[in-house]
Formats: sequence, C-alpha cells, structure tokens
Amino acid sequence: MNRYSAFSLLRNALSHNRNWRAAWRSPEPKKSYDAIVVGGGGHGLATAYYLAKEHGIRNVAVLEKGWIGGGNTGRNTTIVRSNYLWTEAALLYEKSMQLWEGLSQDLNYNVMFSQRGVYNLGHSLQDMRDIERRVNANRLNGIDAEVVSAAELGKAIPCLNVSPAARYPVLGASLQRRGGVARHDAVAWGFARAADALGVDIIEQCAVTGIDVSGGKAVGIQTTRGPIASDRIGVVVAGNAGVLAQMADLRLPIESHPLQAFVSEPIKPVLDTVVMSGAVHGYISQSDKGELVIGAGIDAYNGYGQRGSFPVIEHAMQAIVELFPVFSRVRMLRVWGGIVDVAPDACPILSKTPVAGLYFNCGWGTGGFKATPGSGWVFAHTMAHDEAHELNAPFSLERFSTGALVDEHGAAAVAH
Amino acid sequence: MLLIECPWCGPRAETEFSYGGEAGIVRPLDPDALSDEEWADYLFYRANPRGAHRELWNHAHGCRRWFGVERDTVSYRIAGSFRLGPAGSETGKGANTERDD
Repeated sequence: MNRYSAFSLLRNALSHNRNWRAAWRSPEPKKSYDAIVVGGGGHGLATAYYLAKEHGIRNVAVLEKGWIGGGNTGRNTTIVRSNYLWTEAALLYEKSMQLWEGLSQDLNYNVMFSQRGVYNLGHSLQDMRDIERRVNANRLNGIDAEVVSAAELGKAIPCLNVSPAARYPVLGASLQRRGGVARHDAVAWGFARAADALGVDIIEQCAVTGIDVSGGKAVGIQTTRGPIASDRIGVVVAGNAGVLAQMADLRLPIESHPLQAFVSEPIKPVLDTVVMSGAVHGYISQSDKGELVIGAGIDAYNGYGQRGSFPVIEHAMQAIVELFPVFSRVRMLRVWGGIVDVAPDACPILSKTPVAGLYFNCGWGTGGFKATPGSGWVFAHTMAHDEAHELNAPFSLERFSTGALVDEHGAAAVAH
Repeated sequence: MLLIECPWCGPRAETEFSYGGEAGIVRPLDPDALSDEEWADYLFYRANPRGAHRELWNHAHGCRRWFGVERDTVSYRIAGSFRLGPAGSETGKGANTERDD
C-alpha cells in the first residue's frame, strides 16, 4: 500500500500525479477463504478490516454485488452520534464513536470526521423531559451530553427559528459535542484500502445467489462469479438481508423500507453543526462543499426500490423550512433513496444464526452509518470467536423470542 | 406517489391512506398455547419479500376502511386491491372480517 502522507503528496506531485497506485486491488475470487463477508458497504468492509487487524484472519473476501460504497454507505446523511437512551445501544454506538475519533490515523485515510456537534431539538414539554432523561442516561454511561436552552440555541445557530411564535416552537435541545459528520464515501474507500493492504480480497460486481448449508453448517456460497467455499460467512447487506437469509432458509424479523435524502445547491457556509428534530422530523447539516444535506423519515410501505414517494420529500422540506425559514428558497439539487432494514425495536441484529458459521449483521434501520466502525469491530469479533462480544451480545436474534428487546423506537434522539 | 384503489372509494392519492403492513397475519386464537418462538413469529417475523407483496392499507382520510393491496416492492407497481374477508376465504387470507356498516 502506498502510505499517504505530506511526503507522498509531494513526491507524486513531482511526477505529475501519474504514479498513484489503485487504492485496492481487483483480484479474481479464490476457490475458498477462511472467512467471507457478503456486502461491500462500510459495515462489511469494516468487518473485514477488523477481522484482519484484530484477529489475524487475513484470508478474507468481501463480496459486493455492485461497487464499493454504492449502497447505503453512499446514500446516508453522514451523521455520527452516540446519544442513545438505552445502555445496550449507547455502549455499542459509543464504541463506534471512540473508533471514529482515531479512524483517519488508523486507516491512513482522511475520513473527514468532523466533531461539529449534534443538536436534537425539543418542541414540547414532554420532548424536553425526554431530552433531560436521555442526557442523564448518556452521562451515566460516560457519553458527553448536555441540555441546551432555546436562548443558547439561538446564539449558537443564528439561522434557526427559536421564536416562541413558531408553529412548533423550539424549547431547547440536547447537544452531543463529540457528534458530527464524516465523509461517507471516504469511510468506504478508507476501510477498503486498509483491508486490502492487510490481504483482504475485495471483489466487486459479484452477487451472491445462494448460500450452501450442509448438516446445519455453512460451507460456502454461490455467486455470479462461481462458487466460493468458506465455513465462516458474515452477511452485511442492509436492505437485502431478508433476501440473503432466505437463501439459507432463515427468516429475519426485519422489514425493508425506502429512506430518502436530499442535497441542496451549494451555498456559502451557514450551518456549522448538525440539527435534528424528531417532532417535526427532519435533520440537516451542511457539507464541506456547501450543500445542505437533509434527511427525514422512511416511506411507510415496504420497498426495495431505492426511491420513495414525493409526499415524504415534501414533509421533510416542511420540517426544514419550519426550523430554518432562511432556507425556504434554497433549491434542491438531488434526491435519492436507500433501502433500510428496520427491526421491530429499531436496534441492529449482530448475531449468530441457527446455521453454524453463518452470521448476520443487519437491522440497522435508518441509523447505521454512525455505527460503521463499531459494527465492524464487534461483528469481526463475533465471526472470529463464534461468539458475540459483550457489546453486541444484547443484539442477538434470540431477543425477539426472549422478549429482551432494546427498544430504541422513539427512545433514540430522533424518531427512527 | 402511489395511486391506490380503495375498493369502496376508487383510486386516490397515497396521502389519503395509512399503511398496515403484511396482510394475512392471523392473530393466534390461543396465545397461551404458543411457544416463545411461535409468539415471536406472530409479533415480529414478516415475509418482507422482494417482489409481490400482499399488504394492508387503511383509507384513513376517506372511508376509514381497511383493505388489501397487492404491490410489487421493487417496481412499486400495484397489481390490484381486494376486500378483506374472513380467514380462509378467497378474497382475503386474513382474519380481518369486513365490517358491514
């Protein structure tokens, strides 16, 4: 791997930048691997990276049906935070936050992680009570959180409408200063490059068409580029998790929905933080290019179509204009959808399955991007040791029959 | 936006409706007799197919009746609507008996 540094920039500049090597190889798939990760999004690549780095399992393939970062990794609104209410979820997302904080150095790739703070607005007395409860719960778990008044909000975010005359007046917010955004594509590319450097084969344009199970054990997979044998298979495919589960005659308690996001035309710097509102239901930040990055809720119906309905876009815009009247004449540049896999308790499934050697990492719903490094870290542990790490043990498939759900639906900082 | 055909009111915009998930989920008659896995299956596990999906919609801003729709989850194309009947009847797999009022 070419190490990126000021020196390598200079050296390559002298040769007119003609000698940069590809960030990762494009190998032909081998006949067998010690471990296979299905899905070349951020979570899958992070899984492969930590398998190689933390557990010494380097004979690993990541199979991606499209291209690296073309799925939800490249379709989200890039928000990173760890202010979840319940201890199980908070610790998992906080592990991820800690990895984010050293990720660019660790990967030798600038993921542009910017801890610009995340505000979660409250619009009613009950919202504020919930915010205070969540802030206290976060602090007990060692996660930075504070309650901010409407007056402080008005000073920190001048273009936010904190007038008491607003239709849904802003009464205050929670603030996680360590929260922020990261460059989503760079996260995928950085993990891909770092995993590749440790020997992981990243195989794009390779769709999985079947999972081979023999005697209750996973033995390999069928792909559009031929069969590949492995007795350790991790499936990290977000919206299509249910489709993959079916290949091994498993069922998952998830439903797939379209989730839409938008960016505006680029404008001058106006918003230097992240603002989310569960009540009017929208969230917004400004990218380094100047585009406003906006997201909202899922389309209610099941869908695999990577697009949604216009009323949902309209609803998100109403929320944003309600909060930021100044944006009412900003034009939207692009809109797109991703398929999110929503679990009944809005928490992920990071679990072994009834098929030995087959693991599922799914159910992240609308909020998986922030968990990318942590998800890969615990899932790599699960695959390497055939046992969940204590951080992801509460997120087993069994919780749906034991009843030990981690109910972040509505408890998390924004309605999922 | 989806154009959904209410069996009573005709084709209307998606915004008049609310979504009710997979059709044909029958509430177990004797929940106490179920194992935890069977109860979880009823509560949480859905077919979530990539393709044809039979699902419930409610005409919330119209006649407020529930009915079924068959829709493709990839193309979002709607094949048709159907009234719900008693369990096992031809029109509806579900146990949601149509209220005749």
